[in-house]
Amino acid sequence: MAEATANGLGQHALHAAHEAPAAGVAQAEVHQEHPIKLYLVVWAWLFILSACSYMVDYFGVHGYLRWSLILIFMMLKAGLIVAVFMHMAWERLALTYAIILPPVLVLVFVAMMVFEADYTLLTRLSFFGAGP
Amino acid sequence: MTETTLTHIGQTEPRPAGWQGIAADWSSDQRAFKNVSWGKAMMWIFLLSDTFVFGCFLLSYMTARMSTRVPWPNPSEVFALHIGGSNVPLILIAIMTFVLISSSGTMAMAVNFGYRRDRRKTAILMLLTAVLGATFVGMQAFEWTKLITEGVRPWGNPWGAAQFGSSFFMITGFHGTHVTIGVIFLVIVARKVWRGDYDTGRPGFFTSRKGHYENVEIMGLYWHFVDLVWVFIFAFFYLW
Repeated sequence: MAEATANGLGQHALHAAHEAPAAGVAQAEVHQEHPIKLYLVVWAWLFILSACSYMVDYFGVHGYLRWSLILIFMMLKAGLIVAVFMHMAWERLALTYAIILPPVLVLVFVAMMVFEADYTLLTRLSFFGAGP
Repeated sequence: MTETTLTHIGQTEPRPAGWQGIAADWSSDQRAFKNVSWGKAMMWIFLLSDTFVFGCFLLSYMTARMSTRVPWPNPSEVFALHIGGSNVPLILIAIMTFVLISSSGTMAMAVNFGYRRDRRKTAILMLLTAVLGATFVGMQAFEWTKLITEGVRPWGNPWGAAQFGSSFFMITGFHGTHVTIGVIFLVIVARKVWRGDYDTGRPGFFTSRKGHYENVEIMGLYWHFVDLVWVFIFAFFYLW
């Protein structure tokens, strides 16, 4: 890292700068330091949400209620992990958007493949009839 | 990476709020991720690409499941375990989920103690994370063994659509590989923390660069990602 960015500084100056004002430099770097309690709370919530999504299967909930519950618990868990455990909530927006926005495009792919799968099923049904 | 901030002597200019701030950062002709070290930015970009890999796997599974006219095997019954005289649905998968979430929790604590320079606690928590990860892989190996003895193959299974086996082995296999690699790297980073490499500035084995406690956080990003992927696999493959 030093080699790449400290072009202007001689090796000497770099060393001096590195050793002496270590505290000042450390201040400039954004450390992700948060109270332990926050992690424990999120951890507990992840347990609760996982238990909830397991209960969906255990009690045999079916139909749209099942799918919406699964998706809600999944998104809540994913959000907690990314925001708190991976510290995305405290990163600069330029990074957050660069990472969070592209996966949204996967949804476009999902939509395309839903049409494609429906079409495949339709042709299979019309050529081979209903399942065995 | 303390050195990177030296070039601007730690001053990042105040930025406008919202989209204007994003545009200002990206168009400033220097570096887009101002206060983010390259190590962390690159890990995030790697994870983004990995997101697409797993996204494509889950998509192919969705397409296969939607387009087959043969009924899909019921995961709730396939992954049930016979405990105490009755079949408990998905119980092993639920335990695996809790194990992986716990490992994510210990990893988050390890990152925290790393920044507090508490070498002992950081290393112990990282090793605990590795143990939980190894437990997860062990349970997955048990599950694979169970399914293979029951006759599940990538090209067919006794209960329904043949694509069930291929999707299952590919998705869980790829995820298990990620966990295994994570365990190996956890042990390596934990050893460096334990030895005090990040305090003494000992050059790394491969890059011969000095490490920092941020490496623990970067390791943590990978580990949380593995947990994150499992959240989606659990929802889409096992529960759907």
